[in-house]
Amino acid sequence: MENPADRKYTKEHEWIKIDGDIATVGITDYAQHALTDIVFVELPEVGKQVEKDKQLCVLESVKSVTDVFAPLSGEVVEANSKLEAQPEKLNNSPFNAWIAKIKIKDKSEVEQLIEAKEYTEYVDSLEH
Amino acid sequence: MKFIPHSESEKKEMLKEAGVSSFEELFKDVPAKKKLKQDLNLGKPLSEMQLRQEIEELASKNKNAKQLKLFLGAGCYNHFIPATVGAIVGRSEFYTAYTPYQPEMSQGMLQAIYEWQSHICLLTGMDIANASMYDGASACAEAMLMAKTATRRKKMVVAGALNPEYLAVLKTYANANSLELKEVAIEETGKAVDEETACVIVQNPDFLGRVQKLNELGKKVHEKGALLVVAIAEALSLASIEKPAGYGADIVAMEAQSFGNPMSFGGPHPGVIACREKLVRQIPGRLVGKTTDSDGKDGFILTMQAREQHIRRAKAGSNICSNQALCALASTVYLSTVGWKGLKEIAEQNHQNAEYLAEKLEAKGFELPYGKEFFNEFVVKKENAKELQAKLLEKGIVFGHSLSENKLLVAVTEMNSMKEIDELIEAIGG
Amino acid sequence: MKTIFDKGMDLSEVEVVRHYTALSRRNFGVDLGFYPLGSCTMKYNPKVCEDTARLDGFTGIHPLQPAKTVQGAMQLMYKLEKMLCEITGFARFSLQPAAGAQGELTGIMIMRAHFQEKGEQREKILVPDSAHGTNPASVSLCGFQAVELKSDSEGNVDLADLREKMDEKIAGIMITNPNTLGLFDTNIEKVCEIVHSKGGLVYGDGANMNAMLGICRPRELGIDIMHLNLHKTFSTPHGGGGPGSGPVGVVEELVDFLPVPLIEKNGENYEFNSKGKKSIGKVRSFYGNFGVMVKAFTYIKALGAVGLREVAEVAVLNANYLKEKLKPHYKLAFDRVCQHEFVLSDEGLANGVTTNDVAKRLLDYGVHPPTVYFPLIVKGAIMIEPTETETRETLNNFVDIMITIKQEAEKQPELVKEAPHSMPVKRLDAVKAAREPNLRWKE
Repeated sequence: MENPADRKYTKEHEWIKIDGDIATVGITDYAQHALTDIVFVELPEVGKQVEKDKQLCVLESVKSVTDVFAPLSGEVVEANSKLEAQPEKLNNSPFNAWIAKIKIKDKSEVEQLIEAKEYTEYVDSLEH
Repeated sequence: MKFIPHSESEKKEMLKEAGVSSFEELFKDVPAKKKLKQDLNLGKPLSEMQLRQEIEELASKNKNAKQLKLFLGAGCYNHFIPATVGAIVGRSEFYTAYTPYQPEMSQGMLQAIYEWQSHICLLTGMDIANASMYDGASACAEAMLMAKTATRRKKMVVAGALNPEYLAVLKTYANANSLELKEVAIEETGKAVDEETACVIVQNPDFLGRVQKLNELGKKVHEKGALLVVAIAEALSLASIEKPAGYGADIVAMEAQSFGNPMSFGGPHPGVIACREKLVRQIPGRLVGKTTDSDGKDGFILTMQAREQHIRRAKAGSNICSNQALCALASTVYLSTVGWKGLKEIAEQNHQNAEYLAEKLEAKGFELPYGKEFFNEFVVKKENAKELQAKLLEKGIVFGHSLSENKLLVAVTEMNSMKEIDELIEAIGG
Repeated sequence: MKTIFDKGMDLSEVEVVRHYTALSRRNFGVDLGFYPLGSCTMKYNPKVCEDTARLDGFTGIHPLQPAKTVQGAMQLMYKLEKMLCEITGFARFSLQPAAGAQGELTGIMIMRAHFQEKGEQREKILVPDSAHGTNPASVSLCGFQAVELKSDSEGNVDLADLREKMDEKIAGIMITNPNTLGLFDTNIEKVCEIVHSKGGLVYGDGANMNAMLGICRPRELGIDIMHLNLHKTFSTPHGGGGPGSGPVGVVEELVDFLPVPLIEKNGENYEFNSKGKKSIGKVRSFYGNFGVMVKAFTYIKALGAVGLREVAEVAVLNANYLKEKLKPHYKLAFDRVCQHEFVLSDEGLANGVTTNDVAKRLLDYGVHPPTVYFPLIVKGAIMIEPTETETRETLNNFVDIMITIKQEAEKQPELVKEAPHSMPVKRLDAVKAAREPNLRWKE
């Protein structure tokens, strides 16, 4: 699956779509493959203040638990509650199944995110 | 007895094939100075016959329920166990198995646990039950930890008379977790509960045997966003009184010893934890789920394991690893054997026997200070009751559990026949 | 198979017995065959222990009966405690914890109480990366933070990492020795010394005590607190997941913190002592899993000192024998003399066959698979603990099976990847079970 160019990425395999001061966060196709079948999503509470590189939410597969780190600091303004009943959306369409929307606190952090091309190269380097 | 099959010559050959010259070499990583130079002081091996004799002698120093007239409960009850229980639990396919981590090879135990979970849900009215806990008391402590995680609050309230064994375990767990634990009279619960309260823990029937009406209490607890934890020490009461789900329980922590497990000096027994659907992520321990295999055939498997310590490690909500599978199996076979109708009859008989004894005791001048709303256990009061208790023991009667000089907590089950009750009354005398 | 509820709520006895007997035939225990489940010590469970535990004098007694009517039971507990002290070197044991994990929790509570009494603020406990998951979970349940310690290239605790992390803010370490790689940590004394030098305590996870019986005493290696698993080392059956029993032993200085009651001997009488003012309290109702204690007591009595030492010797012999036989065929994680168990890896298996596939194929050969994917530090770990009760013939047969599976992986990989073929069910859908939980029968 191609990494869409309309958004930014982290080396922790998250994608971030920026719309004004709102960042929509999800996990990449590479991440969902590595996690295998996701069976549960522990969503962040709306209103929660998250810090860049600290835990945003937790994903569970059958035999593992993975923290998703916040790519940016800010307040969680929305969480995708559909994932609670249908965690498989993260596997089936990772680039549509967003996890949370964060109101960006520090715009300078956005500059630290990487572009699709760079992320794709990074992923390729991991696979070889 | 020979539990190790190797002959001496075989050992030598195997050492060689293992690439070492001696047993000494197998333990070369053990610091030489720390190696034991002489045998442990544990005596010589015994033959099976000697062993049986020695241990039977120890057993015979105890007075068991067949030799005594036992009117004792307080969290452990002398109930009849049908022969089916021993026959099934004694099958080594079950008792010599480990935890069913390989589901294809463990469908028997997995399905039995699924049936246990189902039995518990049917009895309590709760949505989810786990594969069992160490006992009722630690189940109660784990329920408190669930409430802490679910509400993110740290204040726990114990309302009314809770079994002292349960209370002691709660205190230990609360202390280790820096939780506040407050004890209040049941009427004071409303006042004690606030927006920081995680849960209210209440026993039903309570430690003093009283069957409680908890609907109003449940509402008050929920109004403040706290959870209602119902502790049950006598599981058989469920066949006679309202299901905890009916009066708003969010978590049920129970001791299921009464279902097919002997008293065994207090253990092993199956503890129960059951809860509402919304708390499923917080439930500790193992859960068995039904699923399908690659041919679409039904089967059972340990599920939602990512909650547990072997995956979550430091982030797990509980450190519990094992359960009391064999005890839960005993309870499952017990419940399936007696059936719903049978269970109701047994409960009814307990209640009737208890009422019979209570009446007779009242006629003998005993008071019932906590009233007559009991199931199979109640408190009686009389001057010098403790002395009387000691006197009756000489006649082979264990007359209740002493609460003070003049109060006794008396339990009656289906095992206490009318005749036995009459003998007790006669022994009490004028 | 239908559940009992599908058959009805008020069944005849024959229906109930047939149902559960049929279930038992869909289960596998040590009595049926080889069960080399690493770190679980699935040894043969002597039948005499089942008999003694079922004596009326033990099953028919109430925990609150007057002490003078249960002297035999109290004597048994008293003697069992003394035996465990003799085996491990500790001053006293509490028999109350119902399982190994509860023993750990008890031990960490004791550590917490010890530092509280000293007025020291210690917030962290070190846990090696090879530890059982219960270790870090027990640590956080008592309000401590678990700090992971690395293993060195030999599979021991990395001393450099320990020196760097150990300071006066660390309450101590939880260590399993022999560790989950089946290796006796050659640094153990040094580890204890470093931790003690900063005022910390050493907790020993006794899961692997089978390899040390009569060989050395944990107390003398420098351990301060330790739980034993009566259901592993002392051969009480695992019951399909419990009941177990996890007594906790401590050094003299920590005795006052043990759970109450303890049993004391006063003249010829045995008494419960609940006085301990510094005690952490109770962790379980009454006295613990007494029925399990009777079995362990019977077992120790049956074997005596000589027998217990032979247990350790042969357990270690069987493990090394298997290790050497399998080494040419499977990648061995650490190539040194092992104790009661050893760990293989699935690296190098043909056609992408994994540890899980090997495990599932073993089912077809009537062997319970080893522990898999643990410890986490070995890729595709296959952890094998044969125990002392298995014959050379059984071990040889297992080696042949493992070699056959390796060859199947090369020539008929689908046979292995789709295994098992002979069980009542094929591979189960764990994803479906977790995504659409069905946890009870519904009408």
